[in-house]
Amino acid sequence: MRAKPHRNHPLWYAYVVHRISGLSLAAFIPLHLYVLGLALERRGELDQLLVWTEIPVVKAAEFGLVFLLAVHLFGGLRLMALEMFQWRDNQKTFAAAAASAAFLLASLFLLRSF
Amino acid sequence: MGDRSNSIRVKVSRGDDRGRHFDEFDVPALESQTVLDVVTWIQRNADPSLSYRFACRVGMCGSCAMTVNGKPRWTCRTHVSKVLQGDTLTIEPLRNLPVVKDLATDMSEFFDKWTSAESRFVPTKTREDAIEIVQPATKERIEADAAIECINCGVCYASCDAVELNPDYLGPAALNRAWTLQNDVRDGGKNSRLRAVTGEGGCQNCHSQQGCVQHCPNTLNPTRSIAGLKRLATRAVFKREL
Repeated sequence: MRAKPHRNHPLWYAYVVHRISGLSLAAFIPLHLYVLGLALERRGELDQLLVWTEIPVVKAAEFGLVFLLAVHLFGGLRLMALEMFQWRDNQKTFAAAAASAAFLLASLFLLRSF
Repeated sequence: MGDRSNSIRVKVSRGDDRGRHFDEFDVPALESQTVLDVVTWIQRNADPSLSYRFACRVGMCGSCAMTVNGKPRWTCRTHVSKVLQGDTLTIEPLRNLPVVKDLATDMSEFFDKWTSAESRFVPTKTREDAIEIVQPATKERIEADAAIECINCGVCYASCDAVELNPDYLGPAALNRAWTLQNDVRDGGKNSRLRAVTGEGGCQNCHSQQGCVQHCPNTLNPTRSIAGLKRLATRAVFKREL
């Protein structure tokens, strides 16, 4: 998929990644709270769910989730630094660093879970 | 008019906001030809009814900006050889502005927003006062100098998704100009201007996508200026000045 020509530059893609990761995490929060709620009230069901998380596909999905969380966190820090501190010209490098750090963190999480 | 066997296929947007379509022309390819040269050739040799706007032809007046192969550009300084895709050139009016006719946009709202952002110098001295010396090495002057060479072409405005999402957003050019004045030690309108650029449609609408930085033909950095305004606004809120 390619953006329209005037949008086809790295920092527009950084914006899209930040927006999509934010919306995805917001959509995930109800499920997350539901599972936490199981830990308090229905532990049997929680154990069943935890068994389900051993399936490779679910582990891969968890990798995606950790990536979304990390990329939103690092991307958010980049934007806050952009707005709060003196301007620095290497914005594309910062965006690339945020994405790389998020990928690294998510990969470490994936390796740890096997 | 050049070698016909070596021609450019040019698709030109025609009409206005009530209805637009593309007309196609074959234009002779010439050495060092600009996109404005191509549009001018079409009007003078193929279709005199083609409407477009230009004045200086040397990148100073900011009146000839158009969308070329999907990107906003100053056409007088854009060489065809740099933007040609195959042998085709697609030329449209600037985005985010009403189209008067063909390639000419109505830039009223663009300039009205400069006024809304209070982008005019407010003098604090009279002719009886001595001329104030502005030191070029001061932090404020360096910030202002970095942003001051805007030619009002509207390229940043056309490349901005925040303008597209919120038509009330003042846009990169007006905010960039406001930032230069906030850094002018002689200016007396800073408090009022800060309120003007932080209200509805103000600097907080910017998503820092930096399309304006990507496309500004004068290599200015409106996102940097807007970030500066956001910092001023944050400081003013903490000091209860806003």
